[in-house]
Amino acid sequence: MIDLPKYEIFPLGENALTICFGNSISREINLIVTSLSKKIESTKFQGFVECVPAYSSLTVFFELSKAKRKFRTALTAYQIVKSHVEIALQTLEIGQPKEPRLIEVPVSFEKRFAPDLELVAEFAELTESEVIDIYLSSTYRVYMLGFLPGFPYMGEIDPRIAAPRKASPRKQVAKGSVGIAGNQTGIYPLESPGGWQIIGRTEIELFTPNLESPTLFNTGDLVKFVRI
Amino acid sequence: MGISIKKAGVFDTIQDLGRFGFRKLGINPGGAMDKNALRLINIILGNPESEPAIEMHFPACQIVFEKPAVFALGGADFDATLDKLPVPNWKTHLAKKGSILSFRKKLSGSRCYFGIRHGFEIERWLGSASTNLAANIGGVKGRQLRNDDQIRFSKAHAAEKNFLGFEIATSLRPVSKTIQMIRITKGIEYRDLTALSEQRLFEGAYEISNDSNRMGYKLDGNPLHLLSRKELLSSAVGFGTVQLPPYGKPLLLMADHQTTGGYPRIGHVIKRDLSLVGQMGPGDKILFELVSIDEAEKIEEQYERDVAYLRMGVKFKQTDAKD
Repeated sequence: MIDLPKYEIFPLGENALTICFGNSISREINLIVTSLSKKIESTKFQGFVECVPAYSSLTVFFELSKAKRKFRTALTAYQIVKSHVEIALQTLEIGQPKEPRLIEVPVSFEKRFAPDLELVAEFAELTESEVIDIYLSSTYRVYMLGFLPGFPYMGEIDPRIAAPRKASPRKQVAKGSVGIAGNQTGIYPLESPGGWQIIGRTEIELFTPNLESPTLFNTGDLVKFVRI
Repeated sequence: MGISIKKAGVFDTIQDLGRFGFRKLGINPGGAMDKNALRLINIILGNPESEPAIEMHFPACQIVFEKPAVFALGGADFDATLDKLPVPNWKTHLAKKGSILSFRKKLSGSRCYFGIRHGFEIERWLGSASTNLAANIGGVKGRQLRNDDQIRFSKAHAAEKNFLGFEIATSLRPVSKTIQMIRITKGIEYRDLTALSEQRLFEGAYEISNDSNRMGYKLDGNPLHLLSRKELLSSAVGFGTVQLPPYGKPLLLMADHQTTGGYPRIGHVIKRDLSLVGQMGPGDKILFELVSIDEAEKIEEQYERDVAYLRMGVKFKQTDAKD
């Protein structure tokens, strides 16, 4: 039994529920989320569809008519699945995590690839090259994948350069764009609309549909950006 | 051989019930916008409910049968004709070799589904044939259908007459309206709405804006506000999640939604009504109605029972026809 942070469980529609451990980016909480996700996936209750781990929350999707089938009680599917999750949580063990992979990502900060670098520098009241130096000085952790196929949500950005998202999203962000959104950083695996501040671009492929594991990154990976 | 697209429509893709198990990699389930329509036509065709079909918008494509087939249409009513004779929705029909299927007029709904007995030969990616346009994969080359595309039938089949004449009971056929009552359950940030906003959400209609597509509908109507602005970490969202971005107008996530999001979640359209919103389009209006999770579960269970009866009915009738 581990020391659990405070949590809340709530429905995400009638076929999913979310367990949320607060609203902060923390490696410890993220490890609880991913361990719980694996545990629920491996025990697979009746009606289970899939788990979606995020920074500090886990969402469990299910098919309510199947989740209820075995139970001829007055319980709702939500109550049944909630109790599956609570049991998994109470018996959860966090093993020593494996030595994380370190992935180097080469980035070009050339002006034509970095439409928002100037804005981030203005936000930080620093020069563009100072922003780049601060950005390159940290190693980031992949906390979750989401948004687009293989898009890594990484943290944490140095507060000095943690510029918020754009007020209205761009209609088109180029594939490989490297962006900042508050204390997070990410890379667009595909061309897509998006609201992150774009400070550079990489040529690395983040998503290869026909591979057995189609995404380059996994939760827990460490990422080091290098300048090209 | 199977069918060929004589003339492409404005936006036709291959869709099934979705691609599950990969949201944690950022790969969304996608699939039909009106999943119930797809399930129903597959049932009367004697197919697995998840068999892929063509999802069409209007103007829809013109299709030539290179081989005879039993087919069905469901969802939106685009006034279909087969060799100039009307072919109503929710029934099985026989197409001869060389027959041409056309769609003349948008009578109701936004998305029509065209399925055939035994289905099409479509390669599966991660277990699904659905077209994922963002990733350019699934369906036919990961894109919408074009002129002269050919889609093979998955099985050589003589026209199976024992699958003709099946029809979906009127009570199960959804009625598409341009103003629709849509039921939602509370999202977690519903509790953060101001009292006035809570009232407003159910008071007036929300119009689906032109800037709406398979990813989501931008709604226009009474502005809504939270008691305090919330900065949330990204977490999972679903088909039917009603988000409230800072500009105060709800955003309804549809089949091709992104897997995670950070906007406050004020509600979730119940699964039964997703098919109704999936048939709506720009200019149509939504009136939200609040239901509890208990009620939502009961509505879905009742629907699943009705669909199960339809499935059994088709099985019995098919057996009778063989005898």
